[in-house]
Amino acid sequence: MISWLANPERFSRIFTPIRPYVGVAAALMFMWGLYLCFASPEDYQQGDTVRIMYMHVPAAWMAMAVYLIMGIASFFGLIWRHSLADVAAKAAAPIGAAFTALSLLTGSLWGRPMWGTWWEWDGRMTSVLVLFLFYIGYMALHAAIEDETRAAKSTAILAMIGLVNLPVIKFSVDWWNTLHQGASVVRADGPSIAPDMLWPLLVMALAFKLLFVWLWLLRIDTELMARRYRALRARLSFAEEGN
Amino acid sequence: MTLSLNVQDIALKKGHKLLVSNVNLTATSGDAISLTGANGVGKTTFLRCLAGFTPPHRGSIQLVENDSQLDGVSIIENYSHYLGHAEALNPARRVDQELQFHCDYLGGTDLSLREAIARLRLGALLDLETRMLSAGQRKRVSLARLLMVPRPIWLLDEVLSPLDIAHRALMVDIMQAHLSGGGIMVCAVHDPLPFDTRALHLTRPSLEEIGNA
Amino acid sequence: MLKASLALLKRDIGLSWSRGGGPILAVGFYLTLMAMIPLSLGPETQVLARVAPGLTWLSLALASLLSLERLFERDYEDGLFDILRGGKLPLEAIALIKCLAQWIGTGLILALLTPMVMIILGAPVEAAGLSLVAAVLGSLSFALIGGVGASLSLGSRKGGVLIALLVLPFYVPPVIFGAGLMQAYLTGAPITQALGLLGAYSLFALALCPIATGAALRSALN
Repeated sequence: MISWLANPERFSRIFTPIRPYVGVAAALMFMWGLYLCFASPEDYQQGDTVRIMYMHVPAAWMAMAVYLIMGIASFFGLIWRHSLADVAAKAAAPIGAAFTALSLLTGSLWGRPMWGTWWEWDGRMTSVLVLFLFYIGYMALHAAIEDETRAAKSTAILAMIGLVNLPVIKFSVDWWNTLHQGASVVRADGPSIAPDMLWPLLVMALAFKLLFVWLWLLRIDTELMARRYRALRARLSFAEEGN
Repeated sequence: MTLSLNVQDIALKKGHKLLVSNVNLTATSGDAISLTGANGVGKTTFLRCLAGFTPPHRGSIQLVENDSQLDGVSIIENYSHYLGHAEALNPARRVDQELQFHCDYLGGTDLSLREAIARLRLGALLDLETRMLSAGQRKRVSLARLLMVPRPIWLLDEVLSPLDIAHRALMVDIMQAHLSGGGIMVCAVHDPLPFDTRALHLTRPSLEEIGNA
Repeated sequence: MLKASLALLKRDIGLSWSRGGGPILAVGFYLTLMAMIPLSLGPETQVLARVAPGLTWLSLALASLLSLERLFERDYEDGLFDILRGGKLPLEAIALIKCLAQWIGTGLILALLTPMVMIILGAPVEAAGLSLVAAVLGSLSFALIGGVGASLSLGSRKGGVLIALLVLPFYVPPVIFGAGLMQAYLTGAPITQALGLLGAYSLFALALCPIATGAALRSALN
């Protein structure tokens, strides 16, 4: 199934027509989700600030999920040399970085009224910050290597070591956090979530997922077209010079 | 012992660009192949592919020793020397240090090292840093490993070009001795070699072949 | 194979001493950073003693980055890898040997200086032995991870900064464990956990990094 889809032309043929529907579905889910966000009751402790969570939590989930997707795509690209997998990994990186930045930003906005500080060096925020640095490193490496095949291989290796290392880094940051305990901050993981807050969260999470899929398909298709164009141009100039 | 190198229907790519396709070659002990073709046609890539540095896009390379096919052997590790344009001499190290390293690393003996130094007349250069050498002298230093570590297949990329007339003649002698000892040589050249060789001329693929690749 | 490995190790250690000052560059950088710390924070002994372990580890990590750019670059440009691949050693072993040579030529020397740096910054003399052991383990993992970064960025023109960007996030665990170890020692807390974690990370790097570096070299050389 994966090998069958790994043919770029076939992939474009199947997914290009589907893409607009995914986009429309994402938009609808966002409208519904945002409506639920504002229709849901205030939190008895957090007040209106709780509504930031409906953006923050799905963004943080996506930040991690996209890195996982990137790692898996890199694995396929490296082992089975599917060029489409390379393209998929490359296309996912900036989207993942954007979700990570969004989760850091909304976390900071939420932290200001709740914790009284824009940035709290707690384990979770620090890990997400390191994840953001991973995305930056990945994109920088891709940009720095001109040869496409090489760039794909090198970034795939980086993504996979990153994937193996992320739990270790997460653990070390948590360990560091307990070592430096003493911050008098109310932890974010409060009481279990009420149902009328769960619904907006789930709808927003689905909306974020659809948004990711739409952006991802769009970026993959753009990259495939750019590659086709480059190959065609090289072929033409080659034909003019030789033969 | 006879050895034969069989290249079947090789196609080579550089990035997404098809360099050559449908290259066939059979070379047996004593054969010298001179590899010719226009700039950028893929002579170096072809030699590197024979060495096993880059896998071919299509086709196969096989080594047959005394009628039995050697499968899964790395050609470069056991059977061949590849000498490219770069001499791999670190400018901060002396000639004798580099030669000793090449010899130890590739599995030569001290005796073979001394013989190679004598044969290539490198004695006077030994205690110089390699950055002080001329292009021809650097080439001679890098050629020493052909003699230090005997291997049957020599893959040479334009090795004669930087040498002066006297050393060119010396190197031609060394090549002929290698061939009469049962060696195989594939040499990318612009000027023809002064002894009998078989020519392998690489040409750009036709538009049709590019389209099919 | 042993003879080949030793020949390569000997060559690379020799080169790390002779090329461009070698460890002197890293040592000079390390000591300069050490001198900058009191100059930026003020000379109060109490403040310095509190930040000494952390800042020493940060300086050690940064100084370990310095010569990484040249770890494979020079040999890559010179074509040495054509010879190295003509021997019996796989690229993974070549990567491991070159990283070990880098460690012996630079990291180990920085590690030997670490107790002195910590003491100058106000850590007690009794911590010297432990800080040495920790710095030896930490610098080994820095060199191995650094090899991955150096091989991945081979052939790109932004070498140095790119390596730092790729490698520093992976330096997070050893810096945390190493600095935490000293913190624990100074506050009288048990040290076995931190030391164990630091050792485990170095072993983890020893097992994983040569494979990744070998794969990256293979992709760069093809």
